[in-house]
Amino acid sequence: METFKKIFNTSLLVPIVSILLGLIVGAIAMLSGGYDPLLAYQSLFERVIGSPYHMGETVRAITPLIFTGLAVAFAFRTGLFNIGVEGQFVMGMTGATIVGVVFDLPWYIHGPLAIIVGAVFGGLWAALAGYLKAARGVNEVISSIMLNWTALYLANYIVSSFLSEPGQQKSKPVHESAFMSIDWLVKLTDNARMHWGTLLALICVVLFYIILWRTKQGYELRAVGHNPDAALYAGMNVNRTVVKSMFISGLFAGLGGVFEVLGVFGNQTIMAASPGYGFDGIAVALLGGNTPIGVLLGAILFGGLSYGSGGMSFGAGVPSEIVRIVIGSVIFFVAAHGIVKFILKPFMSKRADKRKEAA
Amino acid sequence: MEELGQLINVTLVFSTALIFAALGGMFSERSGVVNIGLEGLMVSGAFAAAVGADYAAQAGLGGLSPWMGLLAALVCGVLVSLLHAVATITFKSDQTVVGVVINILALGGAIYFTRGLYEGSAQTPQLQEVFSKISIPFLSDIPVIGEGFFHAYPTTYIVIALVIISAFVLFKTPFGLRLRSVGEHPSSADTVGINVAKYRYIGVMLSGALAGLGGATITLTTTSSFAHNTISGQGFIALAALIFGKWNPYGLTGAAFFFGFAQALRTFAQQNFDWAREIPTEFFYMLPYVLTLVVLVAAVGKSRAPSALGEPYDPAKR
Repeated sequence: METFKKIFNTSLLVPIVSILLGLIVGAIAMLSGGYDPLLAYQSLFERVIGSPYHMGETVRAITPLIFTGLAVAFAFRTGLFNIGVEGQFVMGMTGATIVGVVFDLPWYIHGPLAIIVGAVFGGLWAALAGYLKAARGVNEVISSIMLNWTALYLANYIVSSFLSEPGQQKSKPVHESAFMSIDWLVKLTDNARMHWGTLLALICVVLFYIILWRTKQGYELRAVGHNPDAALYAGMNVNRTVVKSMFISGLFAGLGGVFEVLGVFGNQTIMAASPGYGFDGIAVALLGGNTPIGVLLGAILFGGLSYGSGGMSFGAGVPSEIVRIVIGSVIFFVAAHGIVKFILKPFMSKRADKRKEAA
Repeated sequence: MEELGQLINVTLVFSTALIFAALGGMFSERSGVVNIGLEGLMVSGAFAAAVGADYAAQAGLGGLSPWMGLLAALVCGVLVSLLHAVATITFKSDQTVVGVVINILALGGAIYFTRGLYEGSAQTPQLQEVFSKISIPFLSDIPVIGEGFFHAYPTTYIVIALVIISAFVLFKTPFGLRLRSVGEHPSSADTVGINVAKYRYIGVMLSGALAGLGGATITLTTTSSFAHNTISGQGFIALAALIFGKWNPYGLTGAAFFFGFAQALRTFAQQNFDWAREIPTEFFYMLPYVLTLVVLVAAVGKSRAPSALGEPYDPAKR
């Protein structure tokens, strides 16, 4: 009971209250636009669990967020803010598309090769930002934002120049041998795009824990995150740790992109803007307190909200961007937990008073 | 030579918005508050300018309506930045995270309200009344320079004046000294009776006002409407200009010219040179961002941020 209380008081209360406050802010925004928030949230919920197809598609929407959430959280643990997950995600997509489209190999080589190449693309893109920080002192936030835009246009260039039929706005389809969908689950969910990436995402949640808390490397990564000066004094190579952390973070991000291509779309489009999973990953990581289980739960929440937002515009006529406001507000309250505690204070102190009276 | 004048002219158009935003970022960061939210502040300014100017035009204000748009952007920028200020200064939240939140909220909110106001369209209607270029008599007749510098939008003249005023305020007035002291060493500033929170609020709100105007500049001179891609990273480039310009009003202006030039080069080269059409467009789109990176790599070691940048001030920890 004691431990339960401790968990509830410290780590769970703020996220839960933040989610509620975020939904309230969304409701206020909807009321100000003359929409019915209750109907909207109801249609959101119905969309998410309405049918096997929608449930499958919700899982599809959650999967990339697990990867990007892990990517952001991993870098956070080393004291780095990897805002460049977006670009690493795009590089992962591109790597997988290149291997998937260009090569023609047996399935047991083709699929794994595409996954590995995509992940490494993402990892190297992140390591570049890490290297610039370690070697030149460039703030990783600024450099990775610039790398996000560069990745977007580089990916568009590669797709339009080498991987697409002339005049097409997307690449040729990746070969069947590299495609990662789970056929029996697809049938079971009325053609929802289910793929092996979801399983790998769950494995990555476990790997995240093992790397950070069960290996010497992970100890170093966390030590640098806690106090780089102390880590340096203890004989750790801080610069190398920074690059390593960004590389692993980028691997997670790249994997997210890989499965959007190999599991969901089967090709890569020429994008006007990046897909946004990387930025949502920041939200997921913050809400999850940078813990593996927290990231999983955060991804389920935000994936559900994002997928359900389509139902809101369909069922209640609310523009689906309202979900961005809800998500933004939730992170705002998680980050500014001082505000949440401030709001909770009257309730908490009343309870404390009662407890005192009882005693 | 005529082309050179045009190149300078287009450079100025692109740089103006960057200077506004970077100048805003300077006030915030000089007071010790990191402002990753410049992008979001520009988005809210661009949105408010489009809506404000549109409503003013419908109310029959005619040529005055872009000015009303500018005013709306200023107010909207300040309001959004207040969110940043309350969270980071009063409640001592992580400044980078709050900045990211501002970016998410501003873009989501702006598109949401655009859809609400304009029957589901994700883009505001094309404004009929926007700023037009003003030629300065006599000076604009000078070859090259005249076309380059003295035939510009009113916002460009405003921002140049603001740079000079800001430099004066920051380095020659008691207010500027206090603002800088709060960013360099808040506890010392507090000891001599300077209200740290007050100066940081002013710094952040100034950043909201100026970045809002920067966003408005893009709407009212370049795009004539607001959509999700109106700003597309300009706020982040402004942030880079701020760092490259060493948190100095003249430095950041120079850096913003440089980035504006990189953007102007794209349209300019494609219009005027055959070889440029051979290069894939994507590389021209990449150019400003890659140049920013290169410049940061070359320059960052030598620039020094305000010492207390990014640290919430907590008097209890003195």
